[in-house]
Amino acid sequence: MLVQILFYAFALVLLAAAIGVIGLRNPVHSALCLVLTFFSAAAIWLLLEAEFLAIVLVLVYVGAVMVLFLFVVMMLDVNVEALRSGFTRHFWLGIATALLVVAEIVGVIVAKGFGGGLDMGGTFEPTAVDASNTTELGTALYTRYLYPFELAAVLLLVAIIAAIVLTMRHRRGLKVQDINAQVAVRREDRVRVLKMPAERGE
Amino acid sequence: MITLQHLLVLSGLLFSIAVAGIFINRKNLILLLMCVELLLLAANINFVAFSRYLGNIDGQVFVFFVLTVAAAEAAIGLAILVVLFRQRQSINVADIGTLKG
Repeated sequence: MLVQILFYAFALVLLAAAIGVIGLRNPVHSALCLVLTFFSAAAIWLLLEAEFLAIVLVLVYVGAVMVLFLFVVMMLDVNVEALRSGFTRHFWLGIATALLVVAEIVGVIVAKGFGGGLDMGGTFEPTAVDASNTTELGTALYTRYLYPFELAAVLLLVAIIAAIVLTMRHRRGLKVQDINAQVAVRREDRVRVLKMPAERGE
Repeated sequence: MITLQHLLVLSGLLFSIAVAGIFINRKNLILLLMCVELLLLAANINFVAFSRYLGNIDGQVFVFFVLTVAAAEAAIGLAILVVLFRQRQSINVADIGTLKG
């Protein structure tokens, strides 16, 4: 019963915060609402006994990605009013599409499963008292999923390099040493040998 | 007790809110990125729910990879946004027509 009350509370906060993300006027408020959404989702994952991922969601998303979002939102001086000029024109289109998506998804869920005999109204089996979600996840990640795990690491490396290369700014006229240019200098660039007749002394 | 149905309906609602957000905020690139994060979160809730329901850890491993890709996407997306803002002084999607695509 307590689990149910907690679930409904966190689900309500999650949906309200998500509506805040898409509806608020100020992008900073939207980003803060997104933080609240991630927190509520992490709490729901805790109720589902996915403890490791709940903590990762808070650490990675709230701690890193959302700070990045807030940093960019605050760094850029965005004219919000111009961006919201089409708000009411697309508002009803967006709501209609969302209602359509809700109707389809709920229709599929409330209907009898996916046709595969899956009991959609089934409750979650309680896990053993000494079961460790982190151990289980780590075992799967470092044995069966070792190569995908390393690929994910390479992907993050690529993302780091791409982000740095994209945002690095070269300023003109800055007096810094350019080692590549120094090493690439050839003799012909610097020294010119002239042939001229020698002067005769009188 | 909470059932699988509760979680699937929750993630469906979250997904549709995010879709509506993409329609409503179609000019603001930052909000579009935030809506993509919401879409991924809805998908992740589904993965965790099914993983728990079926007693199979593979779903949670997949959530781990989705989080990785989403973090990379956010980093590169925001980097592109910053470069775009330096060039154009605007993040309006309507202003990005250089390639005439």
